[in-house]
Amino acid sequence: MNDDLHQSPAAQEGMRVLEKRVTVSRRAFLKGSGLTAAGVTTLSVGGLMLPARDALAAELTHLGAAIGKTLLVMARDIFPHDKIADRYYMQAIEPYDAKAAEDPALAKLIRDGVAQLDAMAKASFNTPYADVGTETQRLSLLYAIEHGAFFQKIKGDMVTGFYNNKAVWPLFGEEGSSWEKGGYINRGFDDIDWLPKA
Amino acid sequence: MSKTFSKDDNSVVVIIGSGAGGGTLADELTRQGVDVVILEAGKHHTQEDFENDEWAMFAKISWLDKRISAGGWHHTETYPNLPAWIVKGVGGSTMHWSGLALRFMAHEFKTRSTYGHVPGANVLDWPISYDELAPYYEIAERKMGVAGTKASGLPPMPPNNHYRVIEHGARKIGYKDIVRPVASNTRPHDGRPACQQIGYCMQGCKIGAKWSTLYSEIPRAMKTGHAELRPQSMVLRIEHDKSGKATGVLYADKDGNQHLQKARVVCVAGNSIESPRLLLNSASSLFPNGLANSSGQVGRNYMNHTTAAALTINPGPVYMYRGFDIAAVVSDEVPNNPDRGFLGGYHLEGLALHLPFAAAFMKPGGWGREVSSALEKFDHMSCVWVCGEDLAQEENSITLHPTERDQHGLPIPIVTKTDHTNDAAMRRHGLAQWRKLSEAVGATRVIDMPPYPASHNMGTNRMSEKARDGVVNKWGQTHDIKNLFVSDGSQFTSSGAANPTLTIVALAIRQAEYIAGAMKRREL
Ligand SMILES: Cc1cc2nc3c(=O)[nH]c(=O)nc-3n(C[C@H](O)[C@H](O)[C@H](O)COP(=O)(O)OP(=O)(O)OC[C@H]3O[C@@H](n4cnc5c(N)ncnc54)[C@H](O)[C@@H]3O)c2cc1C
Ligand code: SF4
Repeated sequence: MNDDLHQSPAAQEGMRVLEKRVTVSRRAFLKGSGLTAAGVTTLSVGGLMLPARDALAAELTHLGAAIGKTLLVMARDIFPHDKIADRYYMQAIEPYDAKAAEDPALAKLIRDGVAQLDAMAKASFNTPYADVGTETQRLSLLYAIEHGAFFQKIKGDMVTGFYNNKAVWPLFGEEGSSWEKGGYINRGFDDIDWLPKA
Repeated sequence: MSKTFSKDDNSVVVIIGSGAGGGTLADELTRQGVDVVILEAGKHHTQEDFENDEWAMFAKISWLDKRISAGGWHHTETYPNLPAWIVKGVGGSTMHWSGLALRFMAHEFKTRSTYGHVPGANVLDWPISYDELAPYYEIAERKMGVAGTKASGLPPMPPNNHYRVIEHGARKIGYKDIVRPVASNTRPHDGRPACQQIGYCMQGCKIGAKWSTLYSEIPRAMKTGHAELRPQSMVLRIEHDKSGKATGVLYADKDGNQHLQKARVVCVAGNSIESPRLLLNSASSLFPNGLANSSGQVGRNYMNHTTAAALTINPGPVYMYRGFDIAAVVSDEVPNNPDRGFLGGYHLEGLALHLPFAAAFMKPGGWGREVSSALEKFDHMSCVWVCGEDLAQEENSITLHPTERDQHGLPIPIVTKTDHTNDAAMRRHGLAQWRKLSEAVGATRVIDMPPYPASHNMGTNRMSEKARDGVVNKWGQTHDIKNLFVSDGSQFTSSGAANPTLTIVALAIRQAEYIAGAMKRREL
C-alpha cells in the first residue's frame, strides 16, 4: 500500500508508453486529500500507514470513522491493487457519507452490513474486520457474505466508483478523453514496436 | 429549411425512429420528393453533447426504460433489466455504433436451403437474394463512406496498434481474410472531416468522422424542405380504419401530451424490441393479436447474434483504445462449414474498450484478484468480440408484460432468449480460436467474457415469401396492411454473421425506392 504506484516503465524505444504512476505534486496531493498537518508527518513512512488510513476514514463524518475504515479495507479486498493508495479507494467510498445522510435505508444497509461483518470477524479472529491480519482471513469472511445485499451494493458501486474515477485511470495506462488533444493520429495510435516483423 | 406539417395532413409518410433504418429512409424518401414526418422518442443531441467518457455517454443516450431479460441466456443474471444496448435519441444507435460495415454472404440469405431443416430452430430463406441487394450495398457503402471499399473510394483505415496485434496473431495461425470496412472517413467526405483516431467512436464521434444518421441523413432530409423531425415524440400506437388501413399514429410529446399524426404510409423503425412492441401494443378489435400479426410471428424469432468476448493480456503494451475502435476483423470463419460442429459462421472482431467498460464487462459480478490482476494489465490488453449467426427460434421473443407499465402506461417488453445448441458450439469455437490467435502473439492470459447487452437486435418482424411465415414481404411491407412498413433490423429473416447496420441501410434505400414508386403509381 505504497503512496503511489511505482512500476518500472515499460519504456521501449519508439512506443509512447505511460508510466502508470501519479504525477501530481506532493503539495497538490496533500491539499486535495484533505489531510491535516498532523497526518502529514506520518505519511512518508510506509510502515506507519495506519494513522493515515484512520485520517482518511475519519472523513466519513456521518457514518463515522470506524465504518469508513471497514468500507475502505473491504473496498481494497474487493478490487485489490497493492500499488494504489488508500485515498483512491476512499474516493469511491466517500459518497456514501452524504447519501447515507439522506437515505435511511442505505444508512441501515451499511451500518448493519458492517456490524455483521465485524461480528463475524470478532467471532473468528477476535478483532473487527478492518484489523483482521491477513487478506486470506478477511476473504474467508467476505465469501460468507458475498451474495448478500450489503456486499453486492458495495461491490457493484465500486465497479464505477473506483474504475470510473478519472484520477485512477493513469495508474492503469488509460489516457481518457482525447478529442481535445487531437486524438491519437499524431500521438501513437500506430506506434507498437514489439511485434516481430511480419 | 425544416418544414412543419399539420397533424391532419394525411399525405405524409410517418417514420417512427431516426436511427440506421428510419434516418436512411427519411433521406431517401425526401430526396425523391416525398414528404415525411419523423417521430423520434429520444432527444436531439448534437456533437457538443458528446463526451469521451463511456459511462457518461451511456447514461446520456441509452434507452434506459425498463425491459426484462428472460429465458436461458446469461443476461437474466448479468443484465436483468438491460437485455439490449440501444440508443434513444435522434440518430438512434448510429450514435453509439462502432462503425463496422460488413455485407452478408450470399448463403446467409438462403439459410433454410443451405442448412436444411434445423431441429429446434425456425430457419427460413429471405425472400430476396444477395444479388438483389448487392446494388444497394454499393449505394450504402458510398453513402456511409465505408473506408476501403470500391464503392466509397475512401482509402482503408490505417492500422492502429490493436489492429496490428490481432492481425499478427491471425496470420500466424493461418487466417487470411482479415478486413476492416469501417464507416468512418479516411479523408474528408460528405461534408464531414477525416478520422483523427480519437478512439471513443462508441461514445459518439466528437468530430463526426464516423457515419451517423444524426449528422448525415437527418440534416440532409431536413434541407430538402420535405421533412419534419419531432424529437421526444414517443409513438404509443398505430391507428387504422375499418378497412384495416393504417391512418396515423398516436404519440406522446415530452410533456406527456398525446397527439394524433395522420399518415398516408407508416414506417416502423424503432429497432427490434420497440418495433414489435409497438405493433403488439396497437392491437384492436379488428387485429386482436396486434397489427400485421396474422402469422403470429410479430415479436418472434428474436436474434441478437451469437456473441462472446474476451480480453487478452499481451506480452507488450497495446493501448487498444488509441485510434478507431474496430481493429482487425477476421472473416475466415464466416463460410458455412458444418465440420466445425455448427451451422453458419462468425467473425472475430477486434473491438477496443476503455478501462471503465473493461472493468464492468470483463466479469460482471466478479471481484477479487482474479479481476484486479487482469485490469492492472489494461494497457497490454487486446479485446475481441465474436459475432456469429444466431438461428431464429420462435420462442426467442419480445412479449408484453402482463402487469408492469412504463411512464406512458404501456406494458414493458420482456426479451426472452435461449441459446440453440448451435449457438453454444459456435461460441466455444470462436473463443478457442481467439485463444489460439492470442497465444500466437505470446499472450500470458486470456479472459473469456460473457456476452454484452445485445447491441444487434434482429428478426422480430421478419421478411418472408409467404404471409404465414413472417410479418413483411421483400419490400418490408407488412403482409397484412399495405401501407404499413417495417424499416429496421427487425425485418431480418436470418442474422448472418455480419453486423447488421450496412444491411439495414441497404434495405432502407431499396424500400424508399419502392415506397416512392408505389406512391407515384397510387398503389399506396
Ligand atoms: C455500442 C454499439 C456498437 C455497435 N456497433 C455496430 C457496428 O460496428 N456495426 C453494425 O453494423 N452495427 C453496430 N451496432 C448496431 C447498430 O447500431 C444497430 O444495428 C442499428 O443502429 C439499428 O438500426 P435501427 O434503425 O434498427 O434502430 P436504431 O438505430 O436503434 O434506431 C431506433 C430509433 O427509434 C427510436 N424509437 C424506438 N421506439 C420508438 C417509438 N415508439 N416512438 C418513437 N421513436 C422510437 C429510438 O429512440 C431510436 O432512436 C452497434 C450498436 C451499439 C449499441
Ligand atoms: S477514431 Fe475516428 S471515428 Fe472514432 S471517434 Fe475518433 S475520429 Fe471519430
